[in-house]
Amino acid sequence: MTDRPDNRFVDDAPFDPQASIQQLERADLDAPNWLLVWRKFRTHKLGLISGVFLFLCYVMLPFAGFIAPYGPNDRNGEHLYAPPQSVNWFYEGKFVGPHVYPIVAEADLETFQWKFVPDTDDPRPIRFFCEGSEYRLAGLVKVDTHLFCAPDGATLFLWGSDRLGRDIFSRILYGAQLSLTVGLIGISVSFFLGILFGSVAGYFGGRIDWTINRVIEILRSLPELPLWLALSAAVPSNWSPVAVFFIISIILGILDWPGLARSVRAKFLSLREEEYVRAAEMMGASSGRVIRKHLLPNFMSHLIASATLSIPAMILGETALSFLGLGLRAPAVSWGVMLNDAQNLASIEIYPWTAIPMLPIIVIVLAFNFLGDGLRDSLDPYQQ
Amino acid sequence: MSALLSVRDLSIGFGTGNSVVTGVNFDVKAGQTLALVGESGSGKTITCRAALRILPRTAQIRSGSITLTDSKGTCDLTTVSERELRKIRGNRVSMIFQEPMRSLSPLHKIGNQVSEVLWLHRGLSESEARKQVLTQFERVGFPDPQRAYDSYPFELSGGMRQRAMIAMAMVSKPELLIADEPTTALDVTTQAQVLGLIKELQRETGMALILVTHDLGVVANMAEQVVVMHKGRIMEAGAAAPILTAPAHAYTKQLFDAAPEIPDQDAVGIPMPNEDLILQMKGVSKTYTMRSSKGWQADKAIYACRGVDLNLARGKTLAIVGESGSGKTTAARIALGAELPDPGGEVLFRTAPDADPITVHSMTRAQRTAFQRKAQMVFQDPYSSLSPRMRIQDAMTEPLEIHRIGTTAEQRDKAAEMLQRVGLTEDMLKRYPHAFSGGQRQRLSVARAMMLDPQLIVCDEPTSALDVSVQEQILTLLENLQDSLNLSYLFISHDLAVVARIADEVAVMRRGLIVEQAPPETLFYNPRHPYTKALIAAQPEPDINRPIDLQLVSLGAGAPDSWDEAFRFSDTVIPSLVELEPGHKVRCHV
Repeated sequence: MTDRPDNRFVDDAPFDPQASIQQLERADLDAPNWLLVWRKFRTHKLGLISGVFLFLCYVMLPFAGFIAPYGPNDRNGEHLYAPPQSVNWFYEGKFVGPHVYPIVAEADLETFQWKFVPDTDDPRPIRFFCEGSEYRLAGLVKVDTHLFCAPDGATLFLWGSDRLGRDIFSRILYGAQLSLTVGLIGISVSFFLGILFGSVAGYFGGRIDWTINRVIEILRSLPELPLWLALSAAVPSNWSPVAVFFIISIILGILDWPGLARSVRAKFLSLREEEYVRAAEMMGASSGRVIRKHLLPNFMSHLIASATLSIPAMILGETALSFLGLGLRAPAVSWGVMLNDAQNLASIEIYPWTAIPMLPIIVIVLAFNFLGDGLRDSLDPYQQ
Repeated sequence: MSALLSVRDLSIGFGTGNSVVTGVNFDVKAGQTLALVGESGSGKTITCRAALRILPRTAQIRSGSITLTDSKGTCDLTTVSERELRKIRGNRVSMIFQEPMRSLSPLHKIGNQVSEVLWLHRGLSESEARKQVLTQFERVGFPDPQRAYDSYPFELSGGMRQRAMIAMAMVSKPELLIADEPTTALDVTTQAQVLGLIKELQRETGMALILVTHDLGVVANMAEQVVVMHKGRIMEAGAAAPILTAPAHAYTKQLFDAAPEIPDQDAVGIPMPNEDLILQMKGVSKTYTMRSSKGWQADKAIYACRGVDLNLARGKTLAIVGESGSGKTTAARIALGAELPDPGGEVLFRTAPDADPITVHSMTRAQRTAFQRKAQMVFQDPYSSLSPRMRIQDAMTEPLEIHRIGTTAEQRDKAAEMLQRVGLTEDMLKRYPHAFSGGQRQRLSVARAMMLDPQLIVCDEPTSALDVSVQEQILTLLENLQDSLNLSYLFISHDLAVVARIADEVAVMRRGLIVEQAPPETLFYNPRHPYTKALIAAQPEPDINRPIDLQLVSLGAGAPDSWDEAFRFSDTVIPSLVELEPGHKVRCHV
């Protein structure tokens, strides 16, 4: 705009001074909170992929028995510490379909070890939808159909076998059932206690807040691992593996609630000053109603993100306990129990495939972390 | 003579959406003041930030150029490299922001923060920079520059922090200063003083100033050129005098009409009647004890309210005006029973002219429930007074649910009826609060307060967070509701002009004491107390021939012990309220 001393610039586009107050200003924000969070979460590729992956893992859990070729405790005395077998598709240049070579044990007189050599002249096709050992589908129905099994007379150790000849791949799938659910049960216990104490401390303040804070600090200052060990050593050894599993999960949950309570309390302290809370109080709402209807819903998404980030700690906790032999024990299968067999250096050096259970642990923990990060970043959908 | 800053055809947008600023053109000459006027969402702040390229990450400058031509050279600020731009920021072009608390680092002393500019741009040593900074502090009006150099931002008041920001912006002698709503967060009297300071400094140093504001009064006091923006486009631009006396564009006219003004007519107001009082506050005081920072010193007593006596007649509006820290919000909360007054204070509420009063300061549970149905509050911040997780319908029917009135269908019908009363439509019941603008949300707050059919509504600064045109709509709405339903209002505000139209009596508070109380016409035409005079004088008028009288402001703006003899008060010596004329009380020694 050049300087025109008397003339001024006046916009000549049509202007309606009575712009309606009936129109919505931000129609895209007119949606329940979960929808807005979902829209923002969708843009986090890593979180989305992790979320989908975890969802598929959990969906697979009831069908672990169907997918696994062997049962969790099926021993194969002739194939102890067998190396992983490869699934081949071409035999002598022709496409034959998935097949394996049977492994033959040979004694190596120079290293005094059994060597497992695949017999490449004898391809055996893998059977699909075949009969195998019995298992309970989703823990309820007794079935014996498997997705794929070993051909007759040959073995199908996709990821090798352990010191008792049990298929590691099948055991990992069965182990997922316990390792993945321990986090969920622990989180429920921790949620319940954390929300209860955190909301009471944050909302009422004063003496109650002080007392709960001191309890939280004391619990957090106790060393984690020795406490876990002490509590799980106190579990009677004649309990069934399932009962032991539940107790372990509950113990992990009880020891984890202080962290959640602290973040609930901090959020409550800030939410309490929001004007809609004061408005509700002035209208005559009781404290319970204010917490239930105003504070908790506005805090739920933070809670879910915190929980998602706490689950890996529980999975690792259970793994650690079982690894040390004080959590789950045979015949229960979990990744920690499997790692128990890989405790000495000799096994790992000579039979490295016994340490494979580390991989699913790493992958699952990473997936939960990415998911939790993605959720936490999408939590405030109102800021643009 | 080419302009110092030349903006040509600037367009800025976020991501893939429409441009938030389109085709903006203006020039700033050396030594000139340009005011960018607009309401929220007009794009004025983002235009200024584009000059220094401190835009949010998702913003892109889609077209246009910003050319800076000063004594050191010419460059296009939109395309110059980041390195070059760093040499320009704070050095040739500086900026001061709206919220001084958020713009100063809480971890560093003020002196160090201001010296940093000199360390970076002039390469001075710490001691040399210190000397220059102390001179600058004296210039901006710090009473004790040495002490200010060593203090942290949280130790200073809002006005002092803003002065520190101004010092930081001016210490490297820039040729252009961009002030983004520098006084919006300050009290009116402090605003007047800070604006006066900026004007003085500008005259001394001859620098150009771009002042972003939404207040036409500030424009009239400061600007030579005006640019009016609305929804990202320029509506009107030109010299200040012609635009302010005869606006041409419909939007500018709308802004003018909506701006609240303090009336200046020779009128005598009718005092508030003394019969049929719905609310009576007698001798209400509230003292908080603050633990001293040093453990061995005695606790300090903070007198939020002292000896407040107020009467509100049925169907009338009583306004309490004061700046921050005056105790008006505390008085409002005590009136509603949200806080207890010190022993001896009484708050009486009468539901009917001949009914027994409810003693709000000591209510039983049943009394409190009954009282809450009769008295409600409208809050200040429309953005946080509605829970973002609840649909409008749930938020509206909540008071009825808590008091168990009516069936679900009846509650819903009542909510729909209330929405229509406040000017909104029934289909908004299903929506969430975040879809609405600030003005619409404030209407929803008012509708929610009305759901229980109260008789008394306490409005706690309901319009301070809203734009000027929306403010006017909300005030009209409140007036209509009062007329049709015979409501009584206790209206809290820091803005005298806003209460001028709605109040039947105005009480001015300072440091917890009422210093003057009178009907608005009397108060504005014949103010007696120096503080009231300062408040009225500090209010910027959109009239270019009536600039702020800083002399009057300084007489009343300081601490109460700096006032004139007759009106002075301190913690121990407090004069009482004297009725100088019928209905006009002033706190002074006679």
